[in-house]
Amino acid sequence: MKDFLPDAERLPGALPAWHASIQAESLRAVAQKAREGKARLVALWASDETTRGAGYAVHLALALPAGLLWLSAPLEREHPRYPGIADLFPCAARMQRAAYDLVGVHAQDNPDHRKWLRHAAWPGGQFPLRKDFDADARPEPGEDHYPFVRVEGEGVHEIAVGPVHAGTIEPGHFRFSIVGEKVLRLEERLGYKHKGIEKRFEALSADEGARLAGRVSGDSTVAYAWAYAMALEAASGVQPPARALSLRGIALELERLANHLGDLGYLGNDVALSFGFFQFWRLKEDLLRLNHELLGHRYLMDFVVPGGVARNLEPSALARLLDALGSIEREVATLRTIYDEHAGAQDRFIMTGQVTLELAAQFGLAGLAGRASGQAYDLRADHPVPPYAELEVRVAGHIRGDVAARVSVRFEEITESLRLMRALGAALPGGELRVAVAAPRAGQLGCGWVEGWRGEVFVALDAAQGGRLHRVHPHDPSWQSWPLLERAVLGNIVPDFPLVNKSFNLSYSGHDL
Amino acid sequence: MYHLLKQIAKTGIVSERAPQADESLRQIGQRLHDAALKHLGRALCVRHVDAGSCNGCELEIHACNSPYYNLERLGIRFVASPRHADLLLVTGPVSAHMETALRRTYDATPEPKLVVAIGDCGCTGGIFGESYASRGAVSKVIPVDVAVPGCPPAPAAIIQGILTAVSSASGRSSSAASR
Repeated sequence: MKDFLPDAERLPGALPAWHASIQAESLRAVAQKAREGKARLVALWASDETTRGAGYAVHLALALPAGLLWLSAPLEREHPRYPGIADLFPCAARMQRAAYDLVGVHAQDNPDHRKWLRHAAWPGGQFPLRKDFDADARPEPGEDHYPFVRVEGEGVHEIAVGPVHAGTIEPGHFRFSIVGEKVLRLEERLGYKHKGIEKRFEALSADEGARLAGRVSGDSTVAYAWAYAMALEAASGVQPPARALSLRGIALELERLANHLGDLGYLGNDVALSFGFFQFWRLKEDLLRLNHELLGHRYLMDFVVPGGVARNLEPSALARLLDALGSIEREVATLRTIYDEHAGAQDRFIMTGQVTLELAAQFGLAGLAGRASGQAYDLRADHPVPPYAELEVRVAGHIRGDVAARVSVRFEEITESLRLMRALGAALPGGELRVAVAAPRAGQLGCGWVEGWRGEVFVALDAAQGGRLHRVHPHDPSWQSWPLLERAVLGNIVPDFPLVNKSFNLSYSGHDL
Repeated sequence: MYHLLKQIAKTGIVSERAPQADESLRQIGQRLHDAALKHLGRALCVRHVDAGSCNGCELEIHACNSPYYNLERLGIRFVASPRHADLLLVTGPVSAHMETALRRTYDATPEPKLVVAIGDCGCTGGIFGESYASRGAVSKVIPVDVAVPGCPPAPAAIIQGILTAVSSASGRSSSAASR
């Protein structure tokens, strides 16, 4: 990392992460160099530093071969602005718009200046994440105008979907421009679930923040709680006990397994193979009940806590878990054969909703959807922190980038998760479950970066005095995937959209914050 | 096809007994006359509205359709439009950005209608509370008949909440008598 940026300082903790402050003028040069070095943009966010006698700041998290680099560029108090990087990292465009909506820092040369997370809840010109913005304020709701891009031409018409969708799914708006049944363009509008999570962190103690982090996106509660705990532990200089880390690993793989089982069921359902739905949801329910019985919660919420884990896994419970995993593995193998041999299902899966390798690379797609499009990134293998260090995680991969590839990656990852849980269970260290986490000193930074079932969950934490939080930015991998869903559906027929959407299964809550 | 049929035969029927209604979940007096409830009976159409949840409650609503709970066997099914619905199942907290959409969905649901709020956040606003971006409990925006706490509430609790909303006054007195 020192080769890349000599000023980078190693952040505390097991994660290979560095921090550097740079001038806004050199932001583009550093981003350009990173892009040339095949770096990915993990997150972009902004903060208000006026209570510290400064102005504002814009922050970038870059994934480099050596690890994670957190860059902070101070911006002036009057008219805070910085050179935009959306031409270098296309996924930055929406993040820059969100940073403006929330903190009022302006990205110059951003190709798109429309609002993103702001609808009508607060007026333009007010910025909720500024320190002088009252969290309890109830600004008069204004009109919500949002200019969608219109496709014109003979026979083109629009289908507007959402925010309340036809199924049990989170709210968002999709604007399709179509000819006949063919999709010419899809434009997403998100932000409906914005509920002030980042502002809420600033009203909580660092310890209380863990519960909130576990509810940024409920389906990834373990990944978020772990990323938050990792950030806080790094900032406090605390190392969780080895047993706790192994149990976190088991919990993260259980979360991956449960979500993959559920998605595989729904992917069957969406191609009229309701058999698949019932079979996979039976297996998922078995697993959720076991989670509840052995670890206290069906989705393992609040299991990962700062300093360790909240509950032990007794030897008898571990034996039951491993036994149950064996039977899940056998059943999944049978179901995979049935899916693979089902001509009707495969006909719908193959070459539907394709994201090419080139596009995935350009947008910095990672996680499950990235691995289905030849982007072989997996933090558990690329930057393994305990307990993954000795497990040599096998990264699932596919190159076709279609629904079938995303189905295959899920099947492969189930197999690998089961192997990892067995390995972790077989070598479960003894000792403490949790150590005390002292309040980090003001201004201390920490970050967490965890390969959740959907992809990389990132949490950046900047501590305030007395165990409070100056700024917490949780980042969902869906930010990188949402723009590609718009591309994946091009040229497909409208009735295939639910299938394509489900094959990504992106988070709205994790994105809208 | 052979593998598929074999798997179906091997799995058998796994559906479990449905829970009973629970009067302690009721928020306001029963809004529907017994006659209306008799018409609804156990053929109930439910429209789910996610008004700003973390998506945890949605996981459990999905699970209600798993073969263990098999909601449709009770005559309860999810429908795609509020205009087809008898009951709205709403998760919260209600984000400020979803307030209008939730009100419109409620208005689009024909009378007689019922609302069941799901989860701690739907009941009280939960950890997100009320703020510039969150209106808090579902009842702050639309009338709520039954509220089901939990983070998230288990599928049986959600089904219990739905059944409570449609349980009649006469059914209440007879179940009270049997206790």
